[in-house]
Amino acid sequence: MRDLLAISDLSRGEIEQICERAASFAAVGQREIKKVPTLRGRTIVTLFYESSTRTSASFELAAKRLSADVISIKAQGSSVDKGESLKDTVATLTAYDPEAIVIRSPEAGAAQLVAGWTDASVVNAGDGKHEHPSQALLDTYTLLDRLGPLDGKQIWVVGDIAHSRVARSCVRAFGLMGAEVTVAGPPTLIPRGFGEALGCEVRYDLDEIGSADVIYALRMQLERMSESYVPSLREYAAAYQIGPRRLGSRQLLMHPGPVNRGVELAPEVIDGPASLITAQVRNGLLVRMAILYEILAGTDRPRPVRSIDGGGDAARDSEDSPTIGEPA
Amino acid sequence: MSGAITDLDWRGHPGSLVISGARAFDSRAGLDERRDIVIREGRIAELAPVGEGKAPEGAERIDAEGLLATPAFFDPHVHLRHIGQSHKEDVETGTRSAAAGGYCGVIAMANTAPPTDEPEVIAAMREQAADQAAVPTGFVATVTVGMRGEELTEMAALREAGAVGFSDDGLPLRSAQVFRRALQYQHLVGGNILLHEEDPNLSAGGVMGEGEVSAELGMAGVPDVSESTMISRDAALCLYEGARAHVQHLSGRRSVEAIEFAKQQGSPITAEVTPHHLVLTDEAVRSLDARFKMNPPLRTEDDRQALIDALRSGTIDCIGTDHAPHASHEKEIPFEQAMMGVTGLETAFSVIYTDLIEPGVLGLDTILEGLTSGAALFDLEVPSLQPDAEANVTLIDLEAEWEAGAEGWESRSANSCFAGRRLRSRPVTTIVAGSVAYRQRAYRMGAVA
Repeated sequence: MRDLLAISDLSRGEIEQICERAASFAAVGQREIKKVPTLRGRTIVTLFYESSTRTSASFELAAKRLSADVISIKAQGSSVDKGESLKDTVATLTAYDPEAIVIRSPEAGAAQLVAGWTDASVVNAGDGKHEHPSQALLDTYTLLDRLGPLDGKQIWVVGDIAHSRVARSCVRAFGLMGAEVTVAGPPTLIPRGFGEALGCEVRYDLDEIGSADVIYALRMQLERMSESYVPSLREYAAAYQIGPRRLGSRQLLMHPGPVNRGVELAPEVIDGPASLITAQVRNGLLVRMAILYEILAGTDRPRPVRSIDGGGDAARDSEDSPTIGEPA
Repeated sequence: MSGAITDLDWRGHPGSLVISGARAFDSRAGLDERRDIVIREGRIAELAPVGEGKAPEGAERIDAEGLLATPAFFDPHVHLRHIGQSHKEDVETGTRSAAAGGYCGVIAMANTAPPTDEPEVIAAMREQAADQAAVPTGFVATVTVGMRGEELTEMAALREAGAVGFSDDGLPLRSAQVFRRALQYQHLVGGNILLHEEDPNLSAGGVMGEGEVSAELGMAGVPDVSESTMISRDAALCLYEGARAHVQHLSGRRSVEAIEFAKQQGSPITAEVTPHHLVLTDEAVRSLDARFKMNPPLRTEDDRQALIDALRSGTIDCIGTDHAPHASHEKEIPFEQAMMGVTGLETAFSVIYTDLIEPGVLGLDTILEGLTSGAALFDLEVPSLQPDAEANVTLIDLEAEWEAGAEGWESRSANSCFAGRRLRSRPVTTIVAGSVAYRQRAYRMGAVA
C-alpha cells in the first residue's frame, strides 16, 4: 500500500492486514519502553487544516512510537495563514523529503490532490465530508477485537449522515467486512441516493434499532439547527438520542468523538458497560501505527517514482528502505 | 429582420476566396456534395463544380480536398473575462480560441468584474473588439445593476450603445418581478434575455449535481429541480408577457421537460446545451478533479440522454459552450474551493464528433445545426453555404486525430475538462466573411490564384 486515501480504495484483505498489524502492536503498548525502531530515520509530516484532538495526537504519537521524526503543522500560525496554496505548501514540505504526509482538510479530495503533487506517501486523516479512513479502520479493529468476524452483524450508524466523513468510511468498511449496515437519521440529514451509493439500508426512525448488534452514533453539529436541518436539539434528541431505553443489554455503543453529551448520547450510556468509546481512542493509536507501518515498511510492492513539477529527482536515500525498489 | 454576423465588431474585413474541392455540407439547404465555393467580397458567390470555381482577382484558392466545408459555428455563450480578469482571458485570446474551434462569432457574457451594466462600457468593449477580436463579437449587458437582481439596467441606452441582449449569467434572476419588468421592457428595446436558471435557495452550497455520486463523495449537491422550477416560472412569464427569453445550459431531464411543456404552451422560449453536458456525467467528478466543476453541474446518465434526445427533437435549439476560462491556481485546488467553469471553444466540435457523431448517436446535420443556430437568438443570419449568404465557413478534417491540449491552447486558460483526451476530427480553417480568421499551423497552404 502506497497511500491511504479512502476506504473505497481498499479490499477486505487489506483491511484485515492492517488490523492484524495493529494487533501485533498491542503488545508493544504493554511494555515499559513503548517504542519500536521500525521507522527510525524516516520523516513524517502531519498537516492539519482543521482542528482535531484525537486524530492529530494519535498520528503524532503513532509516528513517535515507531521512532520516526515528526513535524506537526497546523493551519493556524503557519504559512497557510498567510494565504499559501495547498499545492505550494506541499511542494515546500516535499522539499524536506518526508516519507509520509498525513493530511486533514475541510475539503473533499484534498488528500488525493496532495498524493499527485508529492512523492511522499499520503495518509488521509479526513477530507471534508468525504472519507476518514483511519477512523473506519480503528472502528473495524475495535469491533473485530470485541466481536470477532463481522459477517452478518447488524450495525446501525445513527445521526447526521450527510455531513459525516466518518459515516461514509465506516459504512464502506463495515460492509466490506461482511456486516449489514443501516444508516438512520432525520431525512434532511441523509443525502438522496445514499443507500444506493453505499450499499446500506436507510431508516428515518429508530423503531427497529433493537435488531442492531452495534449502534454507532455520530456527532450532531450544533450549527445544523441554524441551517434548518433539524428544528431543535430537543426534537433531535427525542427522536435519535441513544439512551438507556434505546440501548439493549447485548448491544455495543460506538462514537467517533467528540461527544455532545445529552444530544446524540445520554450521559449514562457514554460511560456504561456497552460503550466502546474509550477502546476506540486507545485502538486509534495502534491502528495508526499499523497504517504508518504498512505504508512505509510493510509493503513489498515497488514504490512508483513520482516527481513534482517535473523538476525533482525522485530517487532518494534508500539504503535501508524496504519501500523503495525502483532504480532512479 | 436579420443582420449579418459581421455587424458585430471584429478586427477583420470581408474578403474573397475560393475553397476548392471540399465536401460542402449544409443540411438546412439540403446540400451535401463536393463543390468549389467561390466567395466574393465577403459573400458566397457561387457553388461551382469542382475545378470550375473561378477565383476573383488576387484571391487565395484554398485546396480543401478531403475536408468538410460547413457553415461556421456561432456561440451564443462565452465568457471572455474582458474586464478585470485578463489573467484568465481577454477579447483577443478568447476570440482566437473561438476561431480555432471553428466559430465565426461569439456572444460575450456580462458577468465581468465589475459587471457590464453601463452603456459607456458596452461602447468601449465594442471598440476593443473592433481592434482585437479575431471573430465578430457581440456583448450582452446585465439585466440588473451590478447583477444584484434588484434594479433594471438602462436597457434602452444599453441597446443604443450596441448591447445585443441582456443576461445576469453566472447568477439567476431571483425575483420574478424583476424578470417580468425586463420582459415588459423588451417590447420597447428588443434584444434577447439570456437566463441562467437556478433557484439560489435550493442550490445553496452545492458544488456538483445531487445524486448518488454526491452522496458518496460527501459533497453538497445541486438538485435538478433547482434549475427546472426556475425554467417553469420564467417560461410562464414569457408566455404571459409575450416576450422572449433564452434558457442557457440545460443540465437535466426535468429541465428538458419544462422546456418541452413551455414550448407546447406556445411560450416564446429557447434553450441551449453545452458540449460537456452532452458527453459527460457526474461520474467524472469521482476523480475529484476540479476541471469537472461547472455550473450547472454534470448530472446523471439519464439526464445526459434526455439532453441528447432534446437536441435531436429540437426541444433544445442550439449548442453553446459556456466557455469559462480560469487560471490554474483557481482550479488546481480542492474541488469544493475551486471556481466553477470549463473552457470549451477549441474542443466543442471534436468532442461531440468523437463521442456522439462517429458512434452514430446524433447526426452531423443535428450537430451542425445546433452549432450555428445560436445566431438566430440575436436576429443574426444563421451561417449558411447558400449563394448570397455571408461567407462564414469552417473547414473540418474528419479524419484528424489529436490529443486535446497537447499543443497548448489559443485560450489563455487551460481548464478544459477534455485535456489529454484523444479526439477524432478537427476544425482546421475558419473563414469569416471570406477572410481567413484561423488556419491550423502546418495545414497545407493553397496557392494564390
